[in-house]
Amino acid sequence: MTTERTETRASGPADPARRLDLYRLQVELRRFEKRAYDLFMRNLVKGTSHLSLGQEAIAAGVALAMRPDDWTFATYRGHAHTLARGAPMTPVLAELLGRENGLLGGKGGSMHLTSAEHNMMGSYAIVGAHLTLAAGAAWSAQYRESGQVAVCFFGDGATNIGAFHEALNLAAVWSLPVVFVCENNLYMEYTPIGSVTAVPRPAADRAAAYGLEPVVVDGNDADAVYDVASAALDRARRGDGPSLVEAVTYRHGGHSRADPGTYRPDEEVEAWLARDPVTAYRSRLLGEGVEEAELLAVESGVDAAVDRATEEAIEAPPPSAEAILTDVWADGGSSWRN
Amino acid sequence: MAELTRTEMTRTEMTLRDAVTRGIAQEMRRDESVVFLGEDVASAGGVFKATPGLLAEFGPRRVRDTPISEQAIVGAAAGAAMTGLRPIAEIMFSDFLAVCWDIVANQIAKTRYMTGGQVTFPLVIRTANGGGLRFGAQHSQSVENWAMAVPGLKVVAPSTAADAVGLLAAAVRDPDPVLFFEHKALYPVRFEVPDGELVDELGTAKIVREGRDCTILALAAMVPKALVAADELAASVGIDAMVVDVRSLVPLDTRTICEAVARTGMVVTVEENPRLCGWGAEVVSLLTEEIWADLDGPPIRITTPHVPLPSAAELEDATIPSATRIVEAVRKALT
Ligand SMILES: Cc1ncc(C[n+]2csc(CCOP(=O)(O)OP(=O)(O)O)c2C)c(N)n1
Ligand SMILES: [Mg+2]
Repeated sequence: MTTERTETRASGPADPARRLDLYRLQVELRRFEKRAYDLFMRNLVKGTSHLSLGQEAIAAGVALAMRPDDWTFATYRGHAHTLARGAPMTPVLAELLGRENGLLGGKGGSMHLTSAEHNMMGSYAIVGAHLTLAAGAAWSAQYRESGQVAVCFFGDGATNIGAFHEALNLAAVWSLPVVFVCENNLYMEYTPIGSVTAVPRPAADRAAAYGLEPVVVDGNDADAVYDVASAALDRARRGDGPSLVEAVTYRHGGHSRADPGTYRPDEEVEAWLARDPVTAYRSRLLGEGVEEAELLAVESGVDAAVDRATEEAIEAPPPSAEAILTDVWADGGSSWRN
Repeated sequence: MAELTRTEMTRTEMTLRDAVTRGIAQEMRRDESVVFLGEDVASAGGVFKATPGLLAEFGPRRVRDTPISEQAIVGAAAGAAMTGLRPIAEIMFSDFLAVCWDIVANQIAKTRYMTGGQVTFPLVIRTANGGGLRFGAQHSQSVENWAMAVPGLKVVAPSTAADAVGLLAAAVRDPDPVLFFEHKALYPVRFEVPDGELVDELGTAKIVREGRDCTILALAAMVPKALVAADELAASVGIDAMVVDVRSLVPLDTRTICEAVARTGMVVTVEENPRLCGWGAEVVSLLTEEIWADLDGPPIRITTPHVPLPSAAELEDATIPSATRIVEAVRKALT
């Protein structure tokens, strides 16, 4: 079964300043995630971590198309989405390391990064659940006529869980200003999405069920993502309701932790590595006449920032035990009795 | 003074279902950020007719019918709450909380803590709870103990119409998520309710009958049964039972509960939930730890047996604690 769909590619040459921003952000996400991986291998990042290596163009392209007061909802694979909204590297890295200066004070960890001051409203680790929360935020924007849009990222695997369908339907019938972005990296944890899904495009082929246009975008092309996101955000702000965007991409590494991803065929991995969004974007900029020196300056600036964040995170103390009993309730405490 | 106030206060008789409407309307009139959503709640006024007239008064922007999507209902309430609204969501039957328990227990309850207090969820989930209507096991459970077991949720269950108005108002104004259990057997019961704005306090139990010989702790529909039992005990064997309406499981008014039990030295919990891990077990453990010296005998728990609820009238009535069972248990312990 195939559906007519809008294949979206980058439109013509874009504003050079924005393109440099898109490059800088992708480099930031790339280098940060590489550092997170190194620190995991050094046993400094405990528990788990899910990297966006290879998927940076989606986080960067969407975030830069958003208004500062728009909201982001992300999954456990949320480092990139948190940084992309402007959360500084040090608290994000410190949270992965479980430090006192962590973004969540050490209470959430890698899978729950949130920065409310940047309207990054959370990373959620139960597959699909946060689509309903994003719909609710969009409802609040609609109710208050604030012009805000909620953007919700999720994986291909989330398209087979009930909450996805409940959220899509509610968003459609209430015409909510929400943009659902499926990062289709072709795999759930270890199982290919195609082997467990009734349609070839896990998100786009479901769009018609909710009266939405199927939108597929090259998730490894930040310009294309930016354009599609801009159109979807405009549509939501105009009051024309939700969009469902399927951004096709691939993770460079495994699902989480130190997973080497050996369940994926070598040729497939190689083909996708050859389509690395960051190097492709670099070549595009050079091809269009951007000075290499400018790009090198961006890269070294990012490297210095990652190094600084690493030091500041490693040197910080662990959270104090008092934190355990705070912030269950809005009064700051955790008491269940008087 | 109290007498004077009472005579001056005008009262209206109303059912608990009317009280729910009144509580919601009171809060929606006061605060533009209060919105209400659920299945069949707007045009139809709710399957229990607990919300008629709200659509007419507040319009479809604020009172919204939803699809049969429990996760989307509470998820939308959560997303709206964390971005500035104060939603009231209805889950038609409390049994259906199982369908959206992830959103309730994993998202709403934990996110404030996990984010180091960056987001809050000022929302209320109202739901029709409990048995007695011959609906069978999937529309009759008392599940307040599920909610009580999850850190981050406040849990309230009124037994009177006045409490329904006042506690609902308090729940809406509270900055934290509140699960509000309305007992469906109480919906048609008529009560006198003071006129004017009513705002109660969460986390407060109430002594609803004074007594010297034992303290009966009850919740929701078990409160009127405990009161009937207390009258019967007084009349038949001269046992003077105090009755405490627990009202709020989280926060738990341990001060009132401990004092009330210490005064008589004898505690009986009356719970509609199945036996294991009912709220009474938690209360009894607390009492034995904290006021052991004041107890004159072993605590008694009267609960629904550890079974799903049967539907036939004779079976259901024999399963849920009755006034007769309370009387017998207390008489056996005290005589
Ligand atoms: C409801 C639920 N089921 C299972 C899991 C375990 N789990 C975590 S990530 C994952 C794979 C999700 O795949 P996808 O949605 O494609 O996202 P990706 O990790 O590829 O970004 C699974 C099964 C979970 N967290 N939540
Ligand atoms: Mg995937």
